[in-house]
Amino acid sequence: MVPLSHYLILSATLFSIGVLGVLIRRNAIVVFMCVEIMLNAVNISLIAFDRYLNQHDGQIFSFMVMCVAAAEVSVGLAIVISLFRNKATVNLDELNLMKW
Amino acid sequence: MELLIFYPLALIVVVLAFLVVFNKSPIGSAVSLIGMMLGLAGVFVLLQAHFLAILQVIVYAGAIMVLFMFVIMLLNLKGDDKVWKVRERNVWLSSFTGVLMLGVLYKFIDITGGAEFNSPASVPENFGTAERVGTSLFTDFVLPFEVASILLLAAMVGAVVLAKSKVD
Repeated sequence: MVPLSHYLILSATLFSIGVLGVLIRRNAIVVFMCVEIMLNAVNISLIAFDRYLNQHDGQIFSFMVMCVAAAEVSVGLAIVISLFRNKATVNLDELNLMKW
Repeated sequence: MELLIFYPLALIVVVLAFLVVFNKSPIGSAVSLIGMMLGLAGVFVLLQAHFLAILQVIVYAGAIMVLFMFVIMLLNLKGDDKVWKVRERNVWLSSFTGVLMLGVLYKFIDITGGAEFNSPASVPENFGTAERVGTSLFTDFVLPFEVASILLLAAMVGAVVLAKSKVD
């Protein structure tokens, strides 16, 4: 049997890869994908703890995470499209509209 | 036996996650991300969360990634080389941050994942099936379920309004 720590290490590794991607990429769409990696990494932890403690709350929680991810992606990509209409770029370094 | 399935699956998932970050073209990143989602569905099946594995394939690898592909192709930014590059100036600082993050999380695992979790609890036959998850979704968690539907409606309206009008 696989010990719980293996699943948690996989989850931590994926989360760190997501953080790395958010920090080093400057394409807005790829940054969104890295956020998705982070959300998925958290889902692994939730489901693994569920299995090892014989509970169901974590699965409901990761179901809610999927709902929020779907909402976040649809709104975020709409924002990217409307930004692209105005500035013709998705480079995050050039989008400083909110900077003061 | 399960380890023999888990290790290749975990390796594939991690390699594909790195490919998402370091791929030159965003379409390549999106395809790697689809592969990663499918690998994670395999990990969920190993954890006997069958319903969540199916949802992972349908919602993430299906709906969300199609949306990503659609937007990448709609914007059509290929050949614009300098857009896809990483930030050279802080790549080392970012890598250092990632390593630090990994260290902190490993320490957490050291604390939480002790020897008492070496073998999983014995679970009933219908663990993780649509029946079991649905039962607790419609009894104990019915309020969050309804709130999620309002959230999705708000996201739908927001996406339509944002993509339709021009920002001044």
